[in-house]
Amino acid sequence: MNEIGLRVLVVDDERAIRRYLHAALNAQGYTVYEASNGKDALDKAIANRPDMIILDLGLPDLDGVEVTRLLRQWTHIPIIILSVREQETDKINALDAGADDYLTKPFSSGELLARMRAALRHYTQAAKEPIFESDGLKVDLTRRLVHVNGAEISLTPTEYDLLRTLVQNAGRVLTHHQLLREVWGSGYTNEAHLLRVNMSNLRRKIEPDPTRPRYIITEPGVGYRLKTVT
Amino acid sequence: MSILPADNRPNPDEILARVQSDARQKGRGYLKMFFGYAAGVGKTYAMLEAAHQRKEEGVDVVVGYVETHQRIETENMLRGLEVIPPKIISYRNIKLPELDIDQVLKRRPQLVLVDELAHSNAPGSRHAKRYQDVDEILASGINVYTTLNIQHLESLNDVVTQITGIKVQETIPDRIIDEVTDIELIDLPTDELLNRLKEGKVYVPQQAERAIEKFFRQGNLTALRELTMRRAADRVDDQMLDYMGIRSIPGPWPANERLLVCVSPGTVNERLVRSARRLAAEMKSEWFAVYVETPQQVRVPADQRDQVDRMLRLAEELGAKSITIPGPAVADTIVNFARNQNVTKIIIGKSRHSHLRSVLQRSISDQIITKSGPIDVIIVSSEPERQEISAGSSVVQSWQPHRPWRRYAWGLALMAAATAICYLVAPYISPTNLIVIYLLATVVTALFLGRGPAIMTSILSVLAFDFFFVPPQLTLAVSDTEYILTFLGLLAVSLVISYLTAQVREQADAAQRREAQTAALYELGHDLTAAVGLDAVATTIIEHIGQTYSREVAIFLNQEGDLHLYKCTPGLEVSENELAVAVWAYEHDQKAGRGTDTLPDASMLYHPLKTNQGVVGVLGIKPLNASTALSPDQRRILEAYANQVALAIEGAQLVEQAHQTELLEATEKLQTALLNSISHDLRTPLVSITGALSSLEEAGPALDEEVRRSLIETAREEAERLNRLVGNLLDITRLESGPIQLRRDACDIQELVGSSLEQIGAPLKERQVKVDIPEKLPLVPLDFVLFSRVLVNVIDNAIKYSPADRPIEIHVHETKKGLEIKIADHGEGIPQDDLERIFDKFYRVQRPDNVSGTGLGLSISKGIVEAHGGSIRAENRRSGGAVFTICVPMDWKDKQ
Repeated sequence: MNEIGLRVLVVDDERAIRRYLHAALNAQGYTVYEASNGKDALDKAIANRPDMIILDLGLPDLDGVEVTRLLRQWTHIPIIILSVREQETDKINALDAGADDYLTKPFSSGELLARMRAALRHYTQAAKEPIFESDGLKVDLTRRLVHVNGAEISLTPTEYDLLRTLVQNAGRVLTHHQLLREVWGSGYTNEAHLLRVNMSNLRRKIEPDPTRPRYIITEPGVGYRLKTVT
Repeated sequence: MSILPADNRPNPDEILARVQSDARQKGRGYLKMFFGYAAGVGKTYAMLEAAHQRKEEGVDVVVGYVETHQRIETENMLRGLEVIPPKIISYRNIKLPELDIDQVLKRRPQLVLVDELAHSNAPGSRHAKRYQDVDEILASGINVYTTLNIQHLESLNDVVTQITGIKVQETIPDRIIDEVTDIELIDLPTDELLNRLKEGKVYVPQQAERAIEKFFRQGNLTALRELTMRRAADRVDDQMLDYMGIRSIPGPWPANERLLVCVSPGTVNERLVRSARRLAAEMKSEWFAVYVETPQQVRVPADQRDQVDRMLRLAEELGAKSITIPGPAVADTIVNFARNQNVTKIIIGKSRHSHLRSVLQRSISDQIITKSGPIDVIIVSSEPERQEISAGSSVVQSWQPHRPWRRYAWGLALMAAATAICYLVAPYISPTNLIVIYLLATVVTALFLGRGPAIMTSILSVLAFDFFFVPPQLTLAVSDTEYILTFLGLLAVSLVISYLTAQVREQADAAQRREAQTAALYELGHDLTAAVGLDAVATTIIEHIGQTYSREVAIFLNQEGDLHLYKCTPGLEVSENELAVAVWAYEHDQKAGRGTDTLPDASMLYHPLKTNQGVVGVLGIKPLNASTALSPDQRRILEAYANQVALAIEGAQLVEQAHQTELLEATEKLQTALLNSISHDLRTPLVSITGALSSLEEAGPALDEEVRRSLIETAREEAERLNRLVGNLLDITRLESGPIQLRRDACDIQELVGSSLEQIGAPLKERQVKVDIPEKLPLVPLDFVLFSRVLVNVIDNAIKYSPADRPIEIHVHETKKGLEIKIADHGEGIPQDDLERIFDKFYRVQRPDNVSGTGLGLSISKGIVEAHGGSIRAENRRSGGAVFTICVPMDWKDKQ
């Protein structure tokens, strides 16, 4: 996908961070707009029609979760949250409110760009590709087949649903809530142990070393992410 | 009086008094009193008139409490003045309006009007009397206008009663009028007052109509008017003398007289004390009220003791110094005290001894007169109506107030035993010698059962001897008249023995009692010295006072600016209201609560604990049995206790303060060290980053690719290090700012370990990690995010302190206590001395190769593990290297 000319709205009250992101994203060919508070962000989101928004959680007026909620009322463009470590709950709330991904400050521009690409890909690919392949893991979504380094893996239906959900959101973080809702249904969002047990089993089956996972990465306190190697 | 002293300077006593009175006046409001001789002379009206004038002058005046008695002219006068609404107090379903002192203090006007100074407040008010309210208002610096009628003055109370035949219940102590800054006499000729009464202009309560009629008689009113004018003139005279005194104006100085009034159960009455006060006032002299407690007075019945107590208090209210002195004999003690205190006049009441006794024993007044030497003795007669207690009843009561019938029963039994013995030995010895056995029984009775039973046995022994052993036997008749002499002899000897023995016994008891008190006091002092720490001191105090007085005790101390209950007898409950009384006692440095005039409804007596540094707290004392009151003697000892307690508490507090200071200093030292360490750790990465960036900026293109890459790498690594440090600092701050909120969740340990290894990232790339986790491990209730911080820190520590080519081993297994995670390395291990200390904040094992780190990681780990109810420890392995063992409970219950 060509990123040249894509419009990104950077929302952060720190001028230094806006400046750095401006420079880093410009260099990659993005057109960057800046906003320093929540209201400004909502105005510019309407005025400039960005393709993506990078949103800081700690804004002086509205908090990032609220901004995400308001944006989600009328647009589905990717939103990537920037947070610091102390904002775990806010992070999850923002993701559950519809943000696509998050990054904990400090972060490298490489990480940011990777997340942006994943989010954009997810947003633009309305029709999902039937086969996912990355780093030796191959999932055929039409035939429900899973291979690791060429060997077929047999999964229970729940494990497969779990993997499929991750594959469909490859590269993006999925919160515990989101996974539970997708795989088990909305009545199970508080049954964290179901997710833990099935995730543990799934990992044992597909990961070469479950204690050093290669495919499914744990995002501590938030959720899981299927790693994509590009 | 007209004789001038040798030099014209005021004497030192008076200067001292002035200084004290000035100190008292400093910051105090001034009190103006509208003084009248009867109701209806127009005091309230005059006060309101004056208030309007002040208001026009711009003074901030409010009406605290004015009783208009619905008189229209008075009500009209209230118009235009701000009125503080009265506080309504419900008492037995009657709503009583009272002065709302809290609102007055809150409103803080310059001047407040408070009518009827002598008013008694409704039960449940803060003070028993309104003058105490006024006292508190004055103390807070607010000026007060008030009104008073002459009959309410304590010292004139009985004079007024004599004049009018009506006993006035509501009185105020004379010192109040002495402290009044200004007195305004409101006068109205008696004819006019009587006219106003006829016209219905004077408020008359319906139920008291007849009494009032008796009161408002021309003769009464004239006498009262004269008394009032004289009292007001006295006051003006005092002020003039004060004025002259302070300016050293020569004048008719009064002779420096000192008066002493003896208070004793026999002669006690109000009249005596009041006479003394009047005399003292006339002579402008200091006066003492003295009660001598002799061993014999131990058997004074409780009501008489109370009376003595009341008199001492009354005397104090009238301005005397009230003193209780223990002594062997009243007269000697009084005279000695009088000599020591340079007393010039002793006032005593007329003794009320029976004629028989006055023949046998000289009355105390006679003894004092004989021994007083140069000191004048004034004898005041007792009021006749006070002598209504019949001698007989008081004798029985006074001797054995506690269950006397039992002692008499024992006396009877002894008599019976003596008779039985006599009956057995009668055949062998002559009847007259049997007397000895009866005498023995009498002695035993006197020794152990007291005076009353002894007298009874004396008489009974004569009767029994006559009845059983003197022929003709079994009758009281006597055939041989010689036996009459024997009877008289036996009776006299028995009585004397019983009297003397009982007295010895009582003296011994008194001595024992005093000694017990002294011993208790000594013991308290001793134990207090031994008690280390405030808590131990408080416990000692509570135990001692509790035992000595069989009372429940509470100690209140000032902690962080507020008075709190510090410690009390186990099981004692202190309500909010009780605490409020304690606070009052603390703030006003006065006794309050039970048995005092302030808030007497409280269940405890509150005694401020005073040292020369100020009030350190309050001692609350509650009798186990609600009806028992403290005797003056006990009160005196209590005072001594309170002083000792105050000193001990102050001492303990000082020690604690010193300890705190020491601790603070140590903490400060540590903090300085930490600050140095942190600033070093924070700056070092910044130096590298700044250096790398500036090199790139200045010589960017000129640098070859290798160098550029290396510079960028350095800057990035250092930034990461800085980030870790900041993260650690934030963690430790969060851990220390209070209990951490754990978000426990079902955690898969394998995932936890995996995530932790993932978080460590780069440093693990080249490192071999052996992980051993059993397959079927249950989920464990942990805060995933925080617990992964623990593993990250411990594993990171293992990486840093072991060679890069040696593996790190992570071993998880289930034990009885819970889940055990062992993280082992193959490094040098930890020096034995450091095994405990490595979990201390900022502690780093000294190593020659400078390992970078903050010294926070393990301390954070420990905090988090302990918050989970687990433990972490470090050991050295026999095969070399260190092993960290983390143990956490696995059960879900009680951890939620």
